[in-house]
Amino acid sequence: MCRIGSIKSKVAFSPSKALYLMLPQQEGHDNSGFAMVMQDLYGIFTPYKDKPLLSLACTQRGAQMVEDFMDSHNFEQLAEWIPVPNNQPGLDIKAMPYYIFRNYDYPEYYRDKPMAEKEELLLDIRLKLRKILEDADEGYVYSFWPDVLTLKEIGDPRDIATYFRLWDDNGCLMAKSIVVQCRQNTNYDIVRYAAHPFFLQGYTLCANGENTFYTKNKEFQKSLHRGYVGFESDSQNFLYTLHYVLHELKWPIKYYKHVITPLPFGEIEQREDKEVLKAIRQSLANLEINGPNTIIASLPDGRMITCCDSKKLRPVVVGQTEDTVAIASEVCGLNEIMPERDMTKDIYPNEREVVVIDNDLEVQRWKQ
Amino acid sequence: MEAIKSQDIGKADLKWNIEYLPERCTMCGSCIATCTLGAIEAGVVRVDKTYSEDFQPTPLRTHRTIPVIKQVKSIANACVGCGMCEKVCPNNAIHPVRNRDNRQTLLSRDAGPIKRGGRTNLNAQRTLDHIIVGRISQMTDPSLDSIRHTFDIRAPFGRVLPAEKLPFVLKDGKLVMAHKAPPVRWIYPLIFSDMSIGALSTRAWEAVSMAVAYLNEKCGLPVRMSSGEGGMPSKLLESEQLKYMILQIASGHFGWNRIIKAMPRMKVDPAGVLIKIGQGAKPGDGGLLQAAKVAEHVQAIRGVPKATLSSPPNHQGLYSIEESVQKMHLSLNAAFGFRVPVAIKCAASATSVSVYNNLLRDPYQICGGFFIDGIQGGTGAANEISLDHTGHPIVSKIRDCYLAAVKQGLQGQIPLYGGGGMGMTGNAAADAFKMICLGANGVFVGKMLIQLLGCVGNEEGHCNACNTGKCPTGICTQDPRLVKRLDIDRGAQKIVDYVLTFDKELRKLMAPIGNSSLPVGRSDALVSTDKAIAEQLGIQYVC
Repeated sequence: MCRIGSIKSKVAFSPSKALYLMLPQQEGHDNSGFAMVMQDLYGIFTPYKDKPLLSLACTQRGAQMVEDFMDSHNFEQLAEWIPVPNNQPGLDIKAMPYYIFRNYDYPEYYRDKPMAEKEELLLDIRLKLRKILEDADEGYVYSFWPDVLTLKEIGDPRDIATYFRLWDDNGCLMAKSIVVQCRQNTNYDIVRYAAHPFFLQGYTLCANGENTFYTKNKEFQKSLHRGYVGFESDSQNFLYTLHYVLHELKWPIKYYKHVITPLPFGEIEQREDKEVLKAIRQSLANLEINGPNTIIASLPDGRMITCCDSKKLRPVVVGQTEDTVAIASEVCGLNEIMPERDMTKDIYPNEREVVVIDNDLEVQRWKQ
Repeated sequence: MEAIKSQDIGKADLKWNIEYLPERCTMCGSCIATCTLGAIEAGVVRVDKTYSEDFQPTPLRTHRTIPVIKQVKSIANACVGCGMCEKVCPNNAIHPVRNRDNRQTLLSRDAGPIKRGGRTNLNAQRTLDHIIVGRISQMTDPSLDSIRHTFDIRAPFGRVLPAEKLPFVLKDGKLVMAHKAPPVRWIYPLIFSDMSIGALSTRAWEAVSMAVAYLNEKCGLPVRMSSGEGGMPSKLLESEQLKYMILQIASGHFGWNRIIKAMPRMKVDPAGVLIKIGQGAKPGDGGLLQAAKVAEHVQAIRGVPKATLSSPPNHQGLYSIEESVQKMHLSLNAAFGFRVPVAIKCAASATSVSVYNNLLRDPYQICGGFFIDGIQGGTGAANEISLDHTGHPIVSKIRDCYLAAVKQGLQGQIPLYGGGGMGMTGNAAADAFKMICLGANGVFVGKMLIQLLGCVGNEEGHCNACNTGKCPTGICTQDPRLVKRLDIDRGAQKIVDYVLTFDKELRKLMAPIGNSSLPVGRSDALVSTDKAIAEQLGIQYVC
């Protein structure tokens, strides 16, 4: 079982806070990796919040391939952060030679286009980069999106943090939102793409558990959208469904839960909106999930959500202080980073609940 | 010595021999009265014996003529092995035994093609028994509790629209339907298949429909039943229970005169309409009801005289699938105001995928289900050559159709139902579950239901006399004396009990793979011990 977590704050914070959130929960995971998606960035990225940021890990040749590709596609490099690693002996990390975080400006002819078109361009570029690097086995590209940074690595999270100097809190890497996970996937081969959180067009998601409808989901999602690729982990299904419901179908967020864990027919029949709920259930039967799960996701507009499977087979808890809300699989994580909070106000969402945290840190919870 | 001719029929030529113990027989005559096929008769045997009671031969002679029960040595009256004689005999004096070295199949063709009912006797192989539910939730995810957890065992029946085509509009942050979508009913994934009044005795049909009503109204299981070709009693058409019935229209269109006349008086809509194009037991052949079974009430329901009713192999006037969609689907949809799903049933065939693709791409989005019937489906009457030598196994066909839809991203839009041999070994839940994992939304059963009522026929040449009007169990006959053999209350109860257990057993399979709703297309839950089957179905081979 994984442990997952996220922090959303009014004040920019360093990634070490996410590590402090996760490390007390380590008994539940195997410390085999560290992955996080940071959104709403501060520090060295503050001036470039509206410019797409490319996150990748690669070889030297891979870096060259990416540079050539971006040049030939008229992306103009604006800023770059290449971490200087602390490569002290004894660290448990399977590091890649290069980690590149680079802001680009859109090609000139794209700059005045509506965001919807830019979103498609950014996805296409990321998919092409992924293909190039994958075919040549020279690296991994995790995200290419404004104000979003992704870091994934295999090894002990503490050592990974040491390697990237994340313990230093030097202020260069800050964000107001982080979704984090500390384990490589265990059910499938260990590949960097299989590590949560997953990212697609502003949607970030990590999941704790098992999706026993993986095969059905995958077979359906493959033909739904060109961005639904990889499927290295059964948790990617959650992200793609989230993206499909909100971004493609443009349904309100409350319908996401109705898609992944629809109400039993007996309950649907009692509801006023039964025609809609039945239509959703039948049209998207292949996106239903089964199995034990908790998910944490952040949306392009900055909101963060969490919910569980329909039998509540996996835990999750939401805690908050005045300026921060954090979500974690286990409460010990919250106790570490926000011991001062009012624990009586912690939320343990039930199997039919969705918790949404908006940008004012207002916590909404409702039943599907 | 009596002269014999090689062409004379003897017991040795017949498939079933009567074994008779005269010393136990009291000559009560029950067996003869019970045998509907005239396979046994009373007769006498001469028992002459010469014997000696002394040490030296002093021959004595006895002469006795005793009454006995004899097997009739004729193909027309051949014993079918039904065992009614054994059931009725108070002294266990008589029973049929299978005669492996018979010549009956060879010798039975004097009067033209052999006709019989039942299932194929040649292609009864069981692919499903080489498949195991092999992916068990244990450590990474927990199994569910089949008794305590809730399960949602329902299947769609009707045309399912892709999400982007749902007529949704956003109003005050909520989705609402801007207009009607095609009707979809969520039903129990076990459909009682189309056996007509005519093929079945009215009483047997009634027993099945009683079980359906009970399962719906007392047990909360929305089981649906197809009427079969030939219509239904007006009383049922005009009752509330019509909502459990799927009206069938087959190539003979029998019974539709009465259905159409009843429409203005229908209180509720039927559950659906099923256009029967073909049947797995005899693909390419129309329905067949032999004159012996066209009793008065059957004539009344169907509006026909007493004659053998051979439905044509095709719906007259349809010459292409596009037409079938336009003419039949549209008109039947229109007949019920587009409120009732209209599905289609075809015999499984090497061409099933093409048919399914055509239906999936139909611009009207009007086909509400594709029922595929495999070679192991039963029938009330067919030419034996069709039963044994035409058709297509269902398992890979369902899988092929499902995967064809997956390839196009259209899976789930036209629900797939598979039938033909479901529950052949007595366990329909296991069969249904495996079919569902391979891509079926549900299964349909027919033969199994009448077996629950008391039918003794099987796919090894046992009985299969459904076509003769002489059904020994009173199920497939219209002879009022024989019909009395069926206790319809007990029959209905047997079906109800079976379905309730089916439901529990389905949970018993869903729970260990961690699913609370039907695992349609979850082929990863299955493994096969047969490499060829594994490869064909795209599941894991294990040994």
